[in-house]
Amino acid sequence: MSSAATGTSSAAPPRPAYWPRLGGAALGRGLVVGYLSIIVLLPIAALVVQSTDGGWSAFWNAISNPEAWWSLRWTLIASLIVVVINVFAGTAIAWVLVRDRFPGKAALNGVIDLPFALPTIVAGVTLLALYGPNSPVGIDAAFTKVAVVMALAFVTLPFVVRAVQPVLMEVDVEAEEAAASLGASPFTTFRRVILPSLLPAILSGSALAFARAIGEFGSLVLFAAFIPFKTEVMSGLIFSQIGTGNLTGAAAQSVVLLAIALVVLLVFGRLTKWSLRHAG
Amino acid sequence: MSIIVESASKRFGDFVAVDDVSLTVPDGSLTAILGPSGSGKSTLLRIIAGLETPDSGRILIQGNDATSIPAQHRDVGFVFQHYAAFKHMTVHNNVAFGLKIRKRDKDEIDQRVRELLALVHLDGLADRYPSQLSGGQRQRMALARALAVEPKVLLLDEPFGALDAQVRKELRAWLRRLHDEVHVTTIFVTHDQEEAMEVAEQIVVMNVGQVEQAGPPRELYEHPKSEFVMGFVGAVNRLGSLFVRPHDVEILHHPKPGADEAMIEHLVHLGFEVRVELVLAGGDGLWAQITQAEAEQLELQKGQIVYVRPSRGRVFDRDDGRPSGDDTPSTEELQAA
Amino acid sequence: MLASGRLSRWGLRSFALGYLGLLLLIPLGMIFFRAFEHGLGTAFDSITTPDALHAFYLTGLVTLIAIPFNTIFGVGCALLLVRTEFRGKALINAIIDLPFAISPVVIGLSLLLVYSETGWFGDWLNANGFQIIFALPGIVLATIFVTVPFVVREVVPVLHEIGDEQEQAARTLGANSWQTFRRITLPAIRWGVSYGVVIATARALGEFGAVAVVSGRIAGQTQTATIWIQEAFSRYDYTGAYVGAVVLAAIAVSILVAMNVFKRKEA
Repeated sequence: MSSAATGTSSAAPPRPAYWPRLGGAALGRGLVVGYLSIIVLLPIAALVVQSTDGGWSAFWNAISNPEAWWSLRWTLIASLIVVVINVFAGTAIAWVLVRDRFPGKAALNGVIDLPFALPTIVAGVTLLALYGPNSPVGIDAAFTKVAVVMALAFVTLPFVVRAVQPVLMEVDVEAEEAAASLGASPFTTFRRVILPSLLPAILSGSALAFARAIGEFGSLVLFAAFIPFKTEVMSGLIFSQIGTGNLTGAAAQSVVLLAIALVVLLVFGRLTKWSLRHAG
Repeated sequence: MSIIVESASKRFGDFVAVDDVSLTVPDGSLTAILGPSGSGKSTLLRIIAGLETPDSGRILIQGNDATSIPAQHRDVGFVFQHYAAFKHMTVHNNVAFGLKIRKRDKDEIDQRVRELLALVHLDGLADRYPSQLSGGQRQRMALARALAVEPKVLLLDEPFGALDAQVRKELRAWLRRLHDEVHVTTIFVTHDQEEAMEVAEQIVVMNVGQVEQAGPPRELYEHPKSEFVMGFVGAVNRLGSLFVRPHDVEILHHPKPGADEAMIEHLVHLGFEVRVELVLAGGDGLWAQITQAEAEQLELQKGQIVYVRPSRGRVFDRDDGRPSGDDTPSTEELQAA
Repeated sequence: MLASGRLSRWGLRSFALGYLGLLLLIPLGMIFFRAFEHGLGTAFDSITTPDALHAFYLTGLVTLIAIPFNTIFGVGCALLLVRTEFRGKALINAIIDLPFAISPVVIGLSLLLVYSETGWFGDWLNANGFQIIFALPGIVLATIFVTVPFVVREVVPVLHEIGDEQEQAARTLGANSWQTFRRITLPAIRWGVSYGVVIATARALGEFGAVAVVSGRIAGQTQTATIWIQEAFSRYDYTGAYVGAVVLAAIAVSILVAMNVFKRKEA
């Protein structure tokens, strides 16, 4: 990061290392890399290796057999539906939290983070209480596809909201007023002035929500269960495969799930950067 | 504690911040390093402090090679442009920090802190937090903090840059007075030539990583060694290859040898002085600075035709901006200009 | 101001409140109702069985062990990322974020593949009498895995924001690395660290999928609180399940409150 010849002298040049001796920093780096390797990389490596244990045919079979293939498609579809719901609901909620004024708004703002803090199993129990077999309002959605969508929507609620909120707070109110003075309707102003600047946030929030949704497990256990060809998402399938001892199959399915999550995060990361440049 | 910099160089990637700089700072002096942004002045200061290591060259502090000694052990006091106050500590604890690190006795620390706060006129504010102080007060606290451990050298990096103009002026005078009292070798970095001229005993002018000239303010002003120094240290007019200070431009009503015809475009009254903006026959602009009294005596008016003659000027060699002529041009040079 | 049409403002507000109410708030209220439906006594009894108590104890123990690891790692790693220069920062950042992208069940499986009897270290562990899977260490490892990112991610922006001038000043005043860290850096980042620790704790308390795989879910031995709740439900001990859920929800809410407090102090 070299400053240009005309830059201020107190700007960019790299500061001396926090540990002034080169040795200190190298030790720190070694410790960090070592820690991450043991805790994270080692198990992932074992996973990838195990998935290849039966060769390509076993790998392919693990994801292409009817139950697995159905589960994979359902996982992706359900997660996609939830992302779409989150885009609308999340943006609307963020809007209300930033632009609206009413008693209890601060408390509501705090509640948004609840799905982050709440154990997933409790999320499932919570939904079951109101929308399960003993529902006080007679709605029993347990063990259905709707239950899957509801549970995923529950746990991914904060992602888009929290991504959009800060951007919305920074939106140039004067730009909106200029648009209004030029005759734009509120909706047009929203579409042409505000939305473009929200797009990067919506994209990144959606990517995080999607990655979270496809791997979700705890909230589904009690509320939706993992009924093959009905509500079984990939995480449930993998769980049952582990239970029956088919570790290679489970590993193969895991690798595919992980790869999808990484690709989505990568692609959306690029998309977010692109849209940030064109957000204006 | 005298400081000698020997051929110090420092680059960051492709950018050369300090290029073979050598200079001497006499013991107990008050020196300014003056230069525009990117001139390398802050980097040089940080090298002297031990916050940066030069790629080549040496730093000698009182005769000892300090080049490989880190800031922690160099016994230098450093004051940052944005104060670097320890935000979570009171003023007292900020100033006491260096003493606490050295495990001094508590009573001794309290006594010393009280003395220093009195010195910088912050007595009574010992229990406040930096966020409760004004910018000027924070900088004075930073100064007290640096002085607490009795450093051999005091280094200040654009110390008044973040302050209001009025506060800046006050602190300038105050720094000079402080130096008179405390007598520690002091080096400060600034891009404000007025500040350097007002405060320092010696000025080192830097440009693109090199030292252009070093010397007392008066010498730099009256005997600049290069175009750059002359232009940076004060206002200057350029007449061809002749560089003339605005107050060395004589205004006459009648033609004289060496004088050029010019029209007064503008008269700007700046209190005690008057700035006369002129345009020469060839279309070039030039401005003169005269006192109110002189302006009245000459009865100058906008649109008037007058004759201007530089009473003094310098010519610098075209190629490297270095001086080729001496101060007072001959009549031939004046006529040629 | 935009959307000032009263209808659209009310419409939006109702939608947002309705969505949150139906998905989040009312269901949450329901579990409190269900938990105490049969009286406080029954509720208390259901959660104080030996297995239940052990489950909560285990959850607490695991959290108490796992969080300090990631706190120390988090602070150290953040310092490394922000205050030093080296190649490969992007890679380190990617690995740190990995736990966010992996399903908990997959995490459990990957740990199984390394530490179980048939895993990579299986022989060595067996030979030396170590039991990781189906025992406390496995649960701790799983919890550490899922909470790796939290403290780092909170401390990094704080370190960026405070800049290193205070640290430089401390050095010129004679402080060494440890003194600078303890007296200057740590106090400056303490709210960021607290916030990270608190959300990591919430995550640790709520972990289910990975623990479900590595623990063996043996009642009274390797069941954590979350596993116990699921298990209670499956044997029709609904009150127990709801009370357990309420306890964890109450903890989650207090964590939220702590989060808000720390977030404000950070500012």
